Amino acid sequence: MGGLVDWLLAALVLGAAAWTLAAPTGFAAVVGFVGFGLLVTLAWVRLGAVDVALTEAAIGAGATGVILLMAVVRLRGGAEEVSAATPGRAVMVAAGLLAGGVGLALALAVLALPDPAPGLAAAAMARRGELGLGNPVAAVLMGYRGLDTLLESVVLVFAVLAVWSMAPDRRWGGIPGPRFPRQEAGPLALLARLLLPIGLVIGIHVAWVGAEAPGGKFQGGTILAAMWVLAWVAGLVQPPAIASQAVRLALVAGPLAFLLAGFAGMALGEGFLAWPPGLAKPMILLVEAAMTLSVAAALALLVAGPPERAA
Amino acid sequence: MSGTTPGGWLLVLALALPVGGMLLAFALGGRTAERIALGVLGLGTVLAGMIAAEVYAAGAPLAYRLGGWAPPLGLRLQADGLAAAMLLTAALVLLAVALFGRAAQATPPGVQEARAPFTFWTFLLALAASLAAAFLGGDLFNLFVALEMLTFAALSLACLDGRPSQFRSELRYLFFALIGSVLYLLGTALLYGAHGTLDIALLAERAGADLPTLLAAALMTAGLLAKMALFPLHLWLPPAHAGAPPAASALLSGLVVKAAFVLLLRLWIWVLPPVPAGAGAPLLAGLGAAAILVGSLIALRQERLKLLVAYSTVAQIGYLFLMLPLVLAGDPEAAARAWLGGILQAASHAFAKAAMFLSAGLVAGALGHDRVAELGGAGRAMPMAVIAFGLAGLSLMGIPPSGGFTAKWLLLTAALGTGQWWWAAVILGGGLLTGGYVYRVLAGSLTAPPAAAPRPEPPAQGPERVALALALVSVALGLVPLASFGLVQIGRPILGGAP
Amino acid sequence: MSAVLPYSIAAAALVALGLFGLVVQAAVLRKILAFNLLGGGVFLLFGVVARRGAGAGATADPVPQAIVITGLVVAFAATALAVVLALRMHQITGAATIAEAAEDGFPDK
Repeated sequence: MGGLVDWLLAALVLGAAAWTLAAPTGFAAVVGFVGFGLLVTLAWVRLGAVDVALTEAAIGAGATGVILLMAVVRLRGGAEEVSAATPGRAVMVAAGLLAGGVGLALALAVLALPDPAPGLAAAAMARRGELGLGNPVAAVLMGYRGLDTLLESVVLVFAVLAVWSMAPDRRWGGIPGPRFPRQEAGPLALLARLLLPIGLVIGIHVAWVGAEAPGGKFQGGTILAAMWVLAWVAGLVQPPAIASQAVRLALVAGPLAFLLAGFAGMALGEGFLAWPPGLAKPMILLVEAAMTLSVAAALALLVAGPPERAA
Repeated sequence: MSGTTPGGWLLVLALALPVGGMLLAFALGGRTAERIALGVLGLGTVLAGMIAAEVYAAGAPLAYRLGGWAPPLGLRLQADGLAAAMLLTAALVLLAVALFGRAAQATPPGVQEARAPFTFWTFLLALAASLAAAFLGGDLFNLFVALEMLTFAALSLACLDGRPSQFRSELRYLFFALIGSVLYLLGTALLYGAHGTLDIALLAERAGADLPTLLAAALMTAGLLAKMALFPLHLWLPPAHAGAPPAASALLSGLVVKAAFVLLLRLWIWVLPPVPAGAGAPLLAGLGAAAILVGSLIALRQERLKLLVAYSTVAQIGYLFLMLPLVLAGDPEAAARAWLGGILQAASHAFAKAAMFLSAGLVAGALGHDRVAELGGAGRAMPMAVIAFGLAGLSLMGIPPSGGFTAKWLLLTAALGTGQWWWAAVILGGGLLTGGYVYRVLAGSLTAPPAAAPRPEPPAQGPERVALALALVSVALGLVPLASFGLVQIGRPILGGAP
Repeated sequence: MSAVLPYSIAAAALVALGLFGLVVQAAVLRKILAFNLLGGGVFLLFGVVARRGAGAGATADPVPQAIVITGLVVAFAATALAVVLALRMHQITGAATIAEAAEDGFPDK
């Protein structure tokens, strides 16, 4: 039996999820979702997964929330179409039974998981020293399961190009997203000016400490991206044109550095994606720096969307 | 099993080459992307051939232990017969589509970079990378990342034309793909919780018929079926595949659905113990049979050529599922036949369907429409494209000699050999229906054009040759002696015996 | 170790809620939200698995943790793409749902 705090938190998570589904307006639903993300962040802390908590706060609640909020503003109307397309009672009941059945089976299956749990905690802890990393999660991401991380950073490049490619032909090469007027005064301008330098420092710090403590390139990169989005929405900066060579290089720097490091390991006789002993830590930090840049660029550009106006 | 074998480095190259090529193509842009794509896909074909030759020569799977970490902590790449055969199929189809795309997807003169061509060439490489990751991956979560790569690459290719009407069908496609991915991921969470690893070979040793394993398999299967558009989850596929430009449709129908199928085989033949797998297989094959009949019947009634070809994909995917109850029936001889039949069906359909979409695209481009009832004169204006369509149709019907015939014959005899004659009846019935819709197209194309019709613009010879070459490969697969397909059996787990 | 039961139930319930929402919600934005709830449930299940596997000085098994971090980034990218598609569809056709418009997905050129 979990403590009262955990039961309460779990109930709140479910309450926020139910609100997100049932909220009367799209805006209220998105607000509910951001609240859901923050509550789940707390759940991750309670589950002893601080690295995940940071990522959830930065990406799950933060970046996803921003994208959905920007979308909700632009997706107006359609109430009649929505009510016409909403399924009838029979479908609702069938969907409820199906979903409930899956949920119930899942709960039973989780209760049937073996005790003690099989897992890799001991192995992951024991061998992280070979990578010179104190944080076992970083050791998994950069070491044991490096291929996942490499491919995932490639997925981000796919995603950015996929988003860009949804633009009309004539906008190709142009500047993504809507234009925001420059805010000289007001809360947004103040927030942007105050938060920007602090956020930059925090973002770089979180990325940097990832080797030893909770943190890392994804969390740090997201904070950096968030700072850029803030400055963009406040009208302080413009997104770069998607034809810009610098943008393309920033996007591929991380995965390309990871790939090259992988081949360096091969050339040194250790094998693809192996970190040579002694050089492991500095090489990992170098790749992580490039990855932080690429993650920040990719997330910011995913928020900005496809090109909408000429450069 | 988990160590690096001689020749394992080939697997690294087969994955890293398209990944690096895609990154460079994206960074350098414009016409350079096209050049990189052509070079990388050419080299990729050589590599895939070398991998198949190495696996065949060694008589055992190739493996590479990434970063020197042994599973379960680390990841490995592996190529057994299944992976090698699918990798080679994918490499050849990708190369053919790239050659086809040189005309259709060229960057227009006077601009540095244009949306559709740049997206096409970059995502062609992305697709090559995703398929290599899906075929060579040895870990279920690594395969999840491969599935997501595939989703992005496939969706962008499907949207290439940027027609307004398309966003709805592509959004439906995306939802199905994403739900499929999430259900798959849910299954991996349960499997890790139950067995402490996601390595396929280790799971094969550890997984039993316990509740978490069975529920995981059910969820993952449902997810993969959504991605493969198996009946009754097929509704998203035809508009999404038919709405794409021909080169993209060829890849989506020919290759993308096969990646999910390989994952399904990994799950059902490797991870799941034989008893529950054998119990569930008739259900999947039943859905496959329904797909064959329903898909073919709807294809028969289509008025648009591209939708007809897309519904034919719904039907042909069904055949793949017939292999499961035959492989799992416990008769080693029939299992080997059904296994080869299933993989040959996947490969010959890839070539035939790519040929069909490319030639249908050429016909539609020249006539200015793709109404099946008004194809008159197409045969005279572009005989090569119509012959390509017809040859590909022979393979889909299962007329000898063709790859499709051999595939369906193997499945049929395996069905009779294990006393499951009803699958044989479905195979025969599906062949007749396929004959019906292919005949409609061919008969229409061979009639004289209406007198008032404008003379169709004959397409360039190059793209027509590519379509014909693909169709010829799908036929030629039926001329290869069966013994030389021993490749695909390498590394297949044998029921009740060592792999 | 004892704290996982509430989160196990929450994870299963989130999966159910997300699946239900995906089927019955018509508006695309609501479907995207439901997809994210469903994903949240899947990740939380990994969290439960990670916590159950705590040991050797780790407060939670680092392997599922890393899997969730990778998964969160991928889910975000997928959400971004879905949102862009929804916005483009809305911009061009004014539609806010993906309900069956017409069986014919291939209009005249």
